Amino acid sequence: MHVPVLKQGGYLIASVQSVLSDADLLQLRDDLADRVGQFRSRGVIIDVTVLDVIDSFATRTLRAIAHMLKLRGAETVIVGIQPDVAFAMVQLGLTLEGIGTALDLEEGLTYLDRPAKRKIPHGK
Amino acid sequence: MESETRVPINSATDIVMARQKGRALATALGFSGADLTLIATAISEVARNIVDHAKLGEIILCAAHQGSRHGISITAQDEGPGIKDVFQAMQYGYSTRKGLGVGLPGAKWLMDEFCIYSKVGKGTTVTMKKWLQ
Repeated sequence: MHVPVLKQGGYLIASVQSVLSDADLLQLRDDLADRVGQFRSRGVIIDVTVLDVIDSFATRTLRAIAHMLKLRGAETVIVGIQPDVAFAMVQLGLTLEGIGTALDLEEGLTYLDRPAKRKIPHGK
Repeated sequence: MESETRVPINSATDIVMARQKGRALATALGFSGADLTLIATAISEVARNIVDHAKLGEIILCAAHQGSRHGISITAQDEGPGIKDVFQAMQYGYSTRKGLGVGLPGAKWLMDEFCIYSKVGKGTTVTMKKWLQ
């Protein structure tokens, strides 16, 4: 199922509505890469609250999305990973290292709203 | 022997179907909470293994019994190229393709029992079980 992407101020919010096939995930990746340019967004929230499984492919794709968007100048934060899903991911040895995560949409917005903290310091 | 559910795996979209049927059967067998997620995730990994390496295959889901223990049995079988070195394929992080090399060893960690049989040119069969606590 297609994931709707909403514009909220300077951010994009991709709200996953149902289980995702591999093709849906790849479509989301391409949509977001386009929209970040179209709306000149600095931050993207991907809400995965409804996902009951995040397997190795989904993890790899979410990581790829975050890294691609970073190259396009936007910060990504994944929100809403359920406790059971987090447990299964840990059992599988899957991580989202280097990628922003937050409890829910509200926390995700807070995360994106503190850009000063994440600025890369100029070398001394 | 109780009836079994067979899910043909012909493309990546069937992976979603396989894990939904697996979750439904596991629920009917009495599993709950985190176990359901672990089972669904393990099915996702073995089904993806079929799509990535063999193209076609099937997932067979059924109840498992052993003495006083009850649980779920999941078999993933294909008639694909087979795996030359099963030991290597079961090493975490080893992948012949673009993957993370997490699938098969990861599925093993998620389940209680895991057995893989593969013959080059004949195909691969993975059988895994999870028991109710």
